[in-house]
Amino acid sequence: MAKLILSLDGMVLRDFKIETDKIKIGRKAHNDLQIDNLAVSGEHASITTIQNDSFLEDLGSTNGTMVNGQPIQKHFLQDGDVIELGKYKLKYLREGAPRATAEDFEKTMVIRSPMAARPAMASLDTTTMPAYKPDSTSIQPAASPVAPAVNTIQGNPPTPPAPPPAAAERTGVIQVLTGGNAGKTLDLVKNLTSLGKPGVQVAIITKRPNGYFITHVEGPKRPSVNGEQISVQAHELKEHDLIELAGIKMEFFYK
Amino acid sequence: MTQHLVTALEVAGLSDPGMVRGHNEDAIAMHPAVGLVVLADGMGGYNAGEVASGIATTLISEGVKSSLEVISPHMEDATTGKSVAHRILRTEIDKANLAIFQTAQSQPQCAGMGTTLVTALFYDNRLTVAHVGDSRLYRLRGSNFEVITKDHSLLQEQLDSGFITPEQAKMSQNRNLVTRAVGIDPQLDVELNDHEVEIDDIYLLCSDGLNDMVDDEDIGLVLTTLRNNLPLAAGQLVQMANDNGGRDNVSVILVRIKNNFSAERGFWARLFSWLAR
Repeated sequence: MAKLILSLDGMVLRDFKIETDKIKIGRKAHNDLQIDNLAVSGEHASITTIQNDSFLEDLGSTNGTMVNGQPIQKHFLQDGDVIELGKYKLKYLREGAPRATAEDFEKTMVIRSPMAARPAMASLDTTTMPAYKPDSTSIQPAASPVAPAVNTIQGNPPTPPAPPPAAAERTGVIQVLTGGNAGKTLDLVKNLTSLGKPGVQVAIITKRPNGYFITHVEGPKRPSVNGEQISVQAHELKEHDLIELAGIKMEFFYK
Repeated sequence: MTQHLVTALEVAGLSDPGMVRGHNEDAIAMHPAVGLVVLADGMGGYNAGEVASGIATTLISEGVKSSLEVISPHMEDATTGKSVAHRILRTEIDKANLAIFQTAQSQPQCAGMGTTLVTALFYDNRLTVAHVGDSRLYRLRGSNFEVITKDHSLLQEQLDSGFITPEQAKMSQNRNLVTRAVGIDPQLDVELNDHEVEIDDIYLLCSDGLNDMVDDEDIGLVLTTLRNNLPLAAGQLVQMANDNGGRDNVSVILVRIKNNFSAERGFWARLFSWLAR
């Protein structure tokens, strides 16, 4: 469930819960959210909500609609967006984002009767967004008193994908010590870097949240670290470890 | 033919509960000798999700294997003009669908269960892929890594209609809503497609626990780098999903095409192996 907070010059005027698929905003009384001000057009903007996503559209208003300071025609609303209509501001907030238990978020759920939804989607043109009618799609599979809670759409919305955890904060570097490329360095910025000669001996260095690891990939001989051959398992690299691979010595260190 | 597929395909797979979920509702099955791989991502409360995915992988594996003993998948089906593989897959998936649906109806603790499905049958230098829901088949060919199934999901429908852009899709809250699943209705709309395969292609079947957590670019990088060590590649993909949070079960099956496996050559290979006895 998302809501809008209407404010003028920093003063909060009202909270408006987004509870229907289509909300009209404007000066005239028939709007779902009325803002009685001459700078606001009679029918100024609309918000279309499809399941957990909301889309803002300007309805050809005289003074336009801004989101986070940018004029928009259509906009996919994100948590914290500030919509401006004249001097009025509407802050878009998603509620209930943090989930009580890890167990119920992002469970895959089925929306039934996609065929019913499709014509509405197909009839889209670039200027109008049709109201999406969940009523026409029966949402609950096999309605049953004991239907598990995770199958209901009415549950809390899923949390957005979390940003990937910060990978190893410092960048690891490999410096080649022997052979034709002696002296060259390689910054390990990719999640996966392969080293060695295909067909002879290959290893990868993976960048993980908890550091860098070297893993044997192919070849009869496994790479060695500080003079000892590593096992078939990934081996964590420490500052100034000496790696030997396909006859080449190299050093690992952090930048 | 059987002998032939064993030398033509290298197969590796892994299924992991992830970092957050208590149990694994995904199921995978691999039968390289007959060129069949199956992956299902179950849904439904308590343990019903794994019941659904388990029924799907087991019944489809057994059904397709016994069909292949009596009929060749590359033959043309006179009634449809498609390969027999289509008929085999459709029939066995329909059976699994009905079995899950009836179990859900008769067992209260299984009510509402269902599963996504992606399954590929390799034969005669091609594959037929059947899918339902948002489990995917990707292909790495040369340096080109792409998804070759189209999700049956609300998000995909919004993308197709131009309602949202691919950039917006990444921010969508609707990524877990599938529009088709096995076992929730007595009738099922299975999507079937054929693709020619080339030597050195790598195919990846995965549940959304992988592609929701790891960018396609990184998945492609793993397959390109580790193409000669599929078990390690499978482990690496699961590890990356878990390193990024592992919020869902994650399952992968990798298939690398090592040799030609045309049906004609299959016949000659069988003849030669018979002569050599």
